[in-house]
Amino acid sequence: MIWLINLLGLALMLAIVWWFWIAKPATTQRQGDTVDILVDDGVYTPSRIETPVNQPITLRFLRKDASPCAEQVIFSDFDISAELPVDDYKAITLTPQEKGEYDFTCQMQMYRGTLIVI
Amino acid sequence: MTAATRLSISGMSCAGCVASVEQALQAVPGVEQAEVNFAEHTATVEGDVSADKLVEAVKQAGYDAAEMKGQNAEADKEAAEMAHYRRLLRKTAVAAVLGVPLVIGDMGGFLPALDTSLGQPIWLFLGLLTLGVMIYAGGHFFTGAWKAFRVHNANMDTLIALGTGAAWVYSVVVVLFPDTVPSLARHAYFEAAVVIIALVNLGGALEMRARGKTSEAIRRLIGLQPKTARVVREGKEQDVPIDEVGLGETLRIRPGERIPVDGDIIDGHSSVDESMLTGEPLPVTKQVGDEVVAGTINVSGSFLFQSKRIGADTVLAQIIEMVRRAQGSKPAIGRLVDKVAGVFVPAVLLVAVATFLIWFNLGGEVLLSHAIVATVTVLIIACPCALGLATPISIMVGVGKAAEYGILIRNGEALQQAGKLEAIVLDKTGTVTVGRPSVTHLVPAADYSEEQVLQLAASLEQGSEHPLAHAIVEAAKQREITLSDVQRFEAITGQGVSAELDGDVCYLGNVRLMQSQGIDIGELQDRAQQLAGQAETPMYLARGQQLVGIVAVADPIKDDSAAAVRRLQQLGLKVIMLTGDNTATAQAVARQVGIDEVIAEVQPQDKNRHIEQLQQRGEVVAMVGDGINDAPALAQADVGFAIGSGTDVAIESADVTLMRGSLHGVADAIAISHATLRNIKQNLFGAFVYNSLGIPIAAGILYPIMGLMLNPMIAGAAMAMSSVTVVSNANRLRWFKSGAQS
Ligand SMILES: [Cu+2]
Repeated sequence: MIWLINLLGLALMLAIVWWFWIAKPATTQRQGDTVDILVDDGVYTPSRIETPVNQPITLRFLRKDASPCAEQVIFSDFDISAELPVDDYKAITLTPQEKGEYDFTCQMQMYRGTLIVI
Repeated sequence: MTAATRLSISGMSCAGCVASVEQALQAVPGVEQAEVNFAEHTATVEGDVSADKLVEAVKQAGYDAAEMKGQNAEADKEAAEMAHYRRLLRKTAVAAVLGVPLVIGDMGGFLPALDTSLGQPIWLFLGLLTLGVMIYAGGHFFTGAWKAFRVHNANMDTLIALGTGAAWVYSVVVVLFPDTVPSLARHAYFEAAVVIIALVNLGGALEMRARGKTSEAIRRLIGLQPKTARVVREGKEQDVPIDEVGLGETLRIRPGERIPVDGDIIDGHSSVDESMLTGEPLPVTKQVGDEVVAGTINVSGSFLFQSKRIGADTVLAQIIEMVRRAQGSKPAIGRLVDKVAGVFVPAVLLVAVATFLIWFNLGGEVLLSHAIVATVTVLIIACPCALGLATPISIMVGVGKAAEYGILIRNGEALQQAGKLEAIVLDKTGTVTVGRPSVTHLVPAADYSEEQVLQLAASLEQGSEHPLAHAIVEAAKQREITLSDVQRFEAITGQGVSAELDGDVCYLGNVRLMQSQGIDIGELQDRAQQLAGQAETPMYLARGQQLVGIVAVADPIKDDSAAAVRRLQQLGLKVIMLTGDNTATAQAVARQVGIDEVIAEVQPQDKNRHIEQLQQRGEVVAMVGDGINDAPALAQADVGFAIGSGTDVAIESADVTLMRGSLHGVADAIAISHATLRNIKQNLFGAFVYNSLGIPIAAGILYPIMGLMLNPMIAGAAMAMSSVTVVSNANRLRWFKSGAQS
């Protein structure tokens, strides 16, 4: 019994490491110039968006969550922050000029998304 | 999803137009319903469609339209926030109604034992009640946690959901199958689950209140924009919504009114209070041809002006945009924390599992309850939000506060650099001095009169655009002197000008110009040096090889320059003055304002090289100058301050733009940077100390020493308060006061 619980615990720790740090969620490819992102329940949906380098992309955020967490979206690598209105779209257009992964988050980093520039 | 878009429609002359506009709107893909109000000249459109497409459709139908927002958006936002706030309080109340009696019952021993035949059904009932409350008051934590989990993310919801979920599941197992659990560990934690949910909701509500104040600066700026404007159309004045004002329209402003868009005065004159944008306390006189900008207040007269920048192009809109951008940017210190915050929650999960295993193995089955309590407490006490909020919330308040003083900080990096400055280089003209020179002395050489000196000097300079030239021409105009035509005008960079008059080559400029032309200046040299010693700029005037006289021009020092320089020195900065002017004049100015290091006679294109030299000495150097002439030096400096005059600013040019032409702005900007960075560090220190002490204590590290196990409910209270504390600390920055004595 004791060894079983220990084994389960260790397996759980490995699973945590694998799920949150090693495995990556599926990415969303953009269709056209605009990607709509739903802001609700602590997550951006979709949260990983792939976009080609040097091409403008418009992200339209639709905020459903009225909690202050969701209020701002920050692209700190691009010096962009925007206040998101509740129940309405807010479009942010940017042109990434270097390949790489750029996070966008809410102020307190509860909402996290990644722009993958390829 | 359906969102209502409101449009203002113009050009509808009859009720028949209503139908065609409605049809045009309805034809747009995504529109579910479109309704036009003829009396109000508005349309309300429902459906998932962008306003741009709707406006385009109306235009194609032959009318004009603009999206109406502003008032409504702001009100909607407030209503939504208020509703959320109330919802949080309601959830807190519901959870507390169950939680408080449970805690009292548990502590007072009023509840029956779990493993009795009477106790079991009662506890089962309490467990189901708890589940109901958890779903109502804490359901959002569970949905949030699940959704985040699916995208390989973990956040505060994850921790709360796992913590309270584990407490509940364990309790239910104990109630249903008491025999599977050692008798010492037979305890239910329903009260902990509901109390934690109550506290976290309460914390959320409190944080929301505190946060409202952090965006005060932006709200104040947005509030400067009037909602309507009085337009003169076909000779009639009418009030129209601000979005309907076009370019080149004539607008009427009456005393006490706010100016709705940017434009130039075409009739009348007035004084305008620009303090809300520039921080300049005195109203500015405006007459025909002068620019007025949106958001400023007309103090006295009534005037007409023609709009030239509207919507997102106004100075006000650009300021708002710039402040917004800056508020979202992060200094290096913040980016580092982001990395930590990104891995924080999964790391806490690992700590929680490890905590369980350690207690389980150490205490065996007897201490199973400790293992459960410690695990739940670790999950609950960890607060990723405090860590994530520490930097951005301070930046937001600090940058907003700066904007209140007419200081626009480009980004977090500039803010951080401004806090590290060691030396500050001030351009003289327009920065230390007013920047509007005037002729102070005319010294004729033998055989010439003052009149002749001025006449020749002004004739030479009439084609020049240099500010000194302007002063000379202006002086001639005042004395009603007729100027002669000159040929072959030439500006000699860093020396002066030359031109031909009736076949003679004439020169006006500094010593170097005279020397290079071999002109003897011995006669007036002492007088020139004496003038230079009084902070005036003497210029030699020669016709052919003959010295004609000296024209001395002085640029008055700004009233508050000396006080501001003293403040900069008190901030520990070495203050250096850099100027193209001659050494004697520059030193005289420097002496008057208390600057001890002067670099004079610098060609404009060499200014950035001097900044570079200072940097090579290992100093963090700021440059203060006007955004246009000093652009390369501003770019070279670690922090470039563009000092503006009024609203006439080149917003793009520098790291920090000062809308008010006072050097106090530089001192204020640096003081705000210091205050903001200190605030960030306090927040980060607090968040790190909180988590790095809280988590081990929650894990039970003090138990072997002091026999202390932290109660999960106390952990819930600590967690709820930690992010409120961070926000409140950032809010202290709002009390920053300028050190300027005005
Ligand atoms: Cu938290």
